[in-house]
Amino acid sequence: MNAEAHPRTGDTFVELEGVTLTYGRGERQIVALGETNLRIDEGDFVALVGPSGCGKSTILKLVTGLITASTGYVYVAGREVGAAPVRVGMAFQNPTMLPWLTVRDNVMMPLKIVPPFRQEYQSKKKSEFRDRADALLKEVGLAGFGDKHPWQLSGGMLQRASLCRALIHEPQLLMLDEPFGALDQFTREELWAVMQALWLKLKPTVILVTHDLKEAGYLATRICVMRSRPGQIIDDAPVPFARPRTIDMSYTPEFVSMTQRLRELIVAARPVKEIA
Amino acid sequence: MEQGLRRRLWSAVFIVGFFLLWEAFCWAFHISDIVLPKPSQIIVTLMTRMPALWPHTVQTLYTTLVGFALGILAGVALGVIVGSSRLAYDVAYPLLIGFASIPKVAVVPIFVLWFGSGAVPAILTAMIMSLFPIVVNVATGLATTEPELEDVMKALRASKLDILWNVGLPRTMPYFFASLKVAVTLAFVGTVISETVASNRGIGNVMMIASSNFDVPLVFAGLIILAIMGVALYAVFSLIEARITGWAHRKDEFAMG
Repeated sequence: MNAEAHPRTGDTFVELEGVTLTYGRGERQIVALGETNLRIDEGDFVALVGPSGCGKSTILKLVTGLITASTGYVYVAGREVGAAPVRVGMAFQNPTMLPWLTVRDNVMMPLKIVPPFRQEYQSKKKSEFRDRADALLKEVGLAGFGDKHPWQLSGGMLQRASLCRALIHEPQLLMLDEPFGALDQFTREELWAVMQALWLKLKPTVILVTHDLKEAGYLATRICVMRSRPGQIIDDAPVPFARPRTIDMSYTPEFVSMTQRLRELIVAARPVKEIA
Repeated sequence: MEQGLRRRLWSAVFIVGFFLLWEAFCWAFHISDIVLPKPSQIIVTLMTRMPALWPHTVQTLYTTLVGFALGILAGVALGVIVGSSRLAYDVAYPLLIGFASIPKVAVVPIFVLWFGSGAVPAILTAMIMSLFPIVVNVATGLATTEPELEDVMKALRASKLDILWNVGLPRTMPYFFASLKVAVTLAFVGTVISETVASNRGIGNVMMIASSNFDVPLVFAGLIILAIMGVALYAVFSLIEARITGWAHRKDEFAMG
């Protein structure tokens, strides 16, 4: 790799250095993200939690390069965001499947776009890539659903497919923006287990935005708490529990006291309510 | 299926009923053929004059289809440009709306001035008539693509062309086909306007001559031919639409859980 103006060293994969983000100008200026510094190691699983509007999703968008920081620098894989050919996977609260494609074709979409798969897409889409999509679908419990269209699946199934799409191209960086937020409790817990298994197997660097403290505790190796107006990271703590974690673990006193501590931090960080 | 058959039967009954009512109305009030001919008489005129009408029918259909095809090409190209760029949208929209507000009959003489009378101005009129709904619908389809869909693609570092090809255009197909159904009927209007003003062939021309001879049944026969062709092409594009964009009109019975 070439020597860069700001070379990064060590195992740090994502780094935010003095990053701020503001919208608008003058008096109507809104600070979406106050000065933020954050380092994420390669293969780490970081959860961002905090009240609504605290800039959690903003950090995701900055790291994927969907928006540009007003000041400061965002580095991914040792180079400024967008410069290094990093494969990124993304899943949102809304499964955002393309309704005209089958579930399998939806899952294979990243292979059609991202190099080096892109060059081989036409020749391998009916053999190797197809098998790969089917194998991944099987892992999330969607074996045999590849030929269905998205509207034929339930919300939980679509979210599983959406996870497959985020992972099919073996991303080094996985961005999860409340991917389990719209699901019922049981489906959610099932998908946490699926997500954990996939992460342990593929070891991408993950940033998870969530409102669910139990989810953060179950999945993440590290939890960052944010406050709003301006968005800022106010707490950053590792999650010490052993892997693979289970739902039962979330009822242990240690786990409960951890989520309680996080909860108090977030309640205190909420902006003062305007309506009494 | 039983339900569908019954629905079709009823709609056929009412359509036939409409013409019967028309017939009865003319009989009851002794309405002259010069004012409103009876449907039975229009049918007789159609039968007896068909050999003479046929070449004109073919001419009008041909002109309309060529104009419509050109309208699709230009409309999609313009729609893609207008729908994918903010600046193009701001520039083109006022122009397009202004242009769409112009009565097309006022444009025909200009075309005749440029290209002479005959098929060319008719083709061009059909084209500009069908252009507007296609441009608007394609542009709307592209401009309303969900930002999250685009974000998924952008996070994969997809180029603008990748996004257009894989997300924008397929997503726009239902809008596009919906516009084709409207546009094809407008294309007929365009052709006939131009044939009426400046041509010596086509159904429009036949109707023009017939009405100046007070041959009202023939005028109505021309109208019926136009209506039949319009309905037929509308049906063709509805069928194509259903085949290609079935995902947008999915049936509830397919859904699970």
